[in-house]
Amino acid sequence: MSLAETQQTTARHIPDRLTTPLARTLKSWESLLLLVAIGIFILNSFASPYFLNAWNLSDATFNFTEKAMIAFAMALLIISGEIDLSVASIIALASTAMGLVMQAGFGTPAIVATGLVTGLLCGAFNGVLVTRLGLPSIVVTIGTMSLFRGISYIVLGDGAFRGYPSDFAWFGQGYVFWVITVELTIFAILAVIYGIVLHKTNFGRAVYAIGNNATAATFSGIRVERVKFILFLLTGLMSGLASVCLTSRLGSTRPSIASGMELEVVTMVVLGGVSILGGSGSIPGVVIAAFVMGLVTFGLGLLNVPGIVMSIVVGALLIGVIALPRIYQNLRRK
Amino acid sequence: MKKLSKLLTTAAIATGLFAGAASAEDMRIALVVKALGIGFFEAAAKGAEEAASELGGVEIIYTGPTDTTAEGQIEVINSLIAQNVDAIAVSANDTDALVPTLKKAMQRGITVISWDSGVAEDGRQMHLNPSSNPLIGNMIIKLAADELPEGGEVAVLSATTTSTNQNIWIEEMNKVMGNYPGVEVVATVYGDDLADKSYREATGLMQSYPDLDAIIAPTSVGIVAAAQAVVDAGKVGQVNVTGLGLPSEMAGAIESGASKSFAIWNPIDLGYSATMIAYHLSKGDAVAEPGASIPMGRMGEVTLDETNSGAMADPFVYDASNIADFKDIF
Repeated sequence: MSLAETQQTTARHIPDRLTTPLARTLKSWESLLLLVAIGIFILNSFASPYFLNAWNLSDATFNFTEKAMIAFAMALLIISGEIDLSVASIIALASTAMGLVMQAGFGTPAIVATGLVTGLLCGAFNGVLVTRLGLPSIVVTIGTMSLFRGISYIVLGDGAFRGYPSDFAWFGQGYVFWVITVELTIFAILAVIYGIVLHKTNFGRAVYAIGNNATAATFSGIRVERVKFILFLLTGLMSGLASVCLTSRLGSTRPSIASGMELEVVTMVVLGGVSILGGSGSIPGVVIAAFVMGLVTFGLGLLNVPGIVMSIVVGALLIGVIALPRIYQNLRRK
Repeated sequence: MKKLSKLLTTAAIATGLFAGAASAEDMRIALVVKALGIGFFEAAAKGAEEAASELGGVEIIYTGPTDTTAEGQIEVINSLIAQNVDAIAVSANDTDALVPTLKKAMQRGITVISWDSGVAEDGRQMHLNPSSNPLIGNMIIKLAADELPEGGEVAVLSATTTSTNQNIWIEEMNKVMGNYPGVEVVATVYGDDLADKSYREATGLMQSYPDLDAIIAPTSVGIVAAAQAVVDAGKVGQVNVTGLGLPSEMAGAIESGASKSFAIWNPIDLGYSATMIAYHLSKGDAVAEPGASIPMGRMGEVTLDETNSGAMADPFVYDASNIADFKDIF
C-alpha cells in the first residue's frame, strides 16, 4: 500500500465532527459550551439573589426539559441530514388525542399510551413520506406542521380539554425526590440513552455515515432509508413524550399548545454543536445547550428582562456559537 | 472566543443594569400581560404606576412573554414566584393552562388576581373584568347598527379562535342580535391578532361579501388592520369599521372616515384598578370572597359575584368628537 493510498483511507474515515484535527477541536468545542454555561451560572448568581435557590432552579428546569426530550431525537435526525419541523404540531395532536381518550373515561395509563402512540404514528407518517416517496424532509414536515395542528383545531376549535385525572399530573408537576422533578429525571435518562445510541452503537455510526455521505453509506451496506425511518419514528415518539409532560404540566389541552416550539428545539440542537448540514454533532453538546438556554432565559427572567431582549440574547448566542468555529478555522488557516 | 466573551460582557453589563434598577421596596406587585409591546398593556402599566405612586412603597414589575403563549407566561410567572413577589396580577393567554403554576404561587403566599383576560376560578383569588361581557357584546353590535338604520350585512373580525375575551363577547353579541332587526352577521373570521393576517382576512371579507356594510373587530389589532384594508380597497363610506380599539391607533381611521366610532374601556383605569386590588388583598385589608367589595382608589369599589369576579366600568365610545382628547393618552 502506497503512502497516497493510506492517506486516502484516513481521509475516508467518517469523523464525528466536520472539523479536523478531531480530538482537539472536539474537546475545545464542548468545553467551550460548558464554559459558557458555567459563566452564565456565575453571572446569574451574582445578578440575582433569588437564583441560587434549589426550588427556583428546579422550577427553571421546566424551561428546557420538554424541548430537550425532542432535541435528542432531533439531533440524530439532523446529523443524518434530515429535519422535522412538525414536532410542536405533533405535541398538539398528541395532546388532543389524549384529551379525547380522557373524555372517554380512560385512566392515566391509557392517556399516556395514547400520547406516545399518536407521536409514533405522526413520526411514521413523516417517515413514510420522506423515505418511501423520497420527498425532502423540510417540505414534508412544513406540510405536516400545518396538518397535525390543523386536526387539533378541527377537533377543539376554541374549546379546551380539561379535567385530567389527578395522578396524570405526576409527569409534569411531580417530584422524584426533593427538588428533582419527574421531567428532569426523564431528561437525564434520555440523555444517557441517546448518548449511548449515538456514540457507542453501530446504529449511531450509521447515522453519522448517512449524514456525511448517504450514497457511500448505502454502498457500505447501511440501509439508509430504514435508519432514517427509525429516526423519524423516534422524533415522533419523543414529541409524544414531550406532549405527555407538557399536557400534564398545563393540566389542559388547547390546539395552540406548544406553538413555535419547533424552532426552539432546532435552536437547542444547533447551539449544541450539531451541524445543520448533517454529519456532525454530539449528545453532550445538546445536553449542555439545553442547560445554557434554560439558564439564560431563567436568569434574565429573574431580572424581569423583557422577553424580546431574551430572544435577542438567545439569537446572539446562537449566531455567536455557530460563527465561532468558522472564525477559529479561518484564523488557523492564516 | 473574543466574540463570545464580548457577548458575555454585554450580557453581564445588561444584567447589571437591570439589577440596579430593582431596589428593595415594601411591596412588589407584578403586572403580567399577554405579550409585551402591545399599546393596550403599555397603557395599563401606566395606570399601575399611577396607583403605585398614589399608594407609596409599591414597586411595579411590568412583564410578559414575547408571544401570546401560555407556555411563555408560565416561564414569566415561574421567575416571579422565584423572586417571591407579593402579588401577581395577570391577563391570561389561556384560562386553564396557567392554573397549576398560579396555584403554586398562591401556595407560596403570593396574592394572585387576574384582570382583562381571566384565569379559571381555582387559579386566582379574584378576577377583574374591564366591563361586563353583556355590555361589551351589546356595544359592539350597537355601534355597527347605529350607522345602519335600514339594516345590512356585518362581519366579525376576531383575534384567535382560542381568545377567551373575543369569544365571550361574540357570544353575548349573538344573544342580543334580535334587538337589531335587519342587521345580519354574515361571517366571523380570525386574524390571530396579527396585523398582516387581520388585513388579509378583512380584504377577503370585502371580496366575498360585496354588499358588506360593516366590519366589527373586537380586538385592537384587528380593527386597525380592517380600517387600513377598507381605505386600501377604496371602500370608505361603504364599509364602516367598528369594534374595540385604541384611540391612538384609531385616530387615523376616524379622520379618514373608515371608522365612524369604536369603543374601549380605559386601560389606564384597568391597570390602576388591578394594582389597587392586588395591593389591598396582599395587605390583608380586603378579602376576595363572593359578595365582598374591594376598594379601587379613584375608580370606586368592585363587588365580586359568586365566581369571585367583578366588573370595573362600562365601555366608553370614541368618535370624531372626542378622539383628539384621547389619542395622546393611550
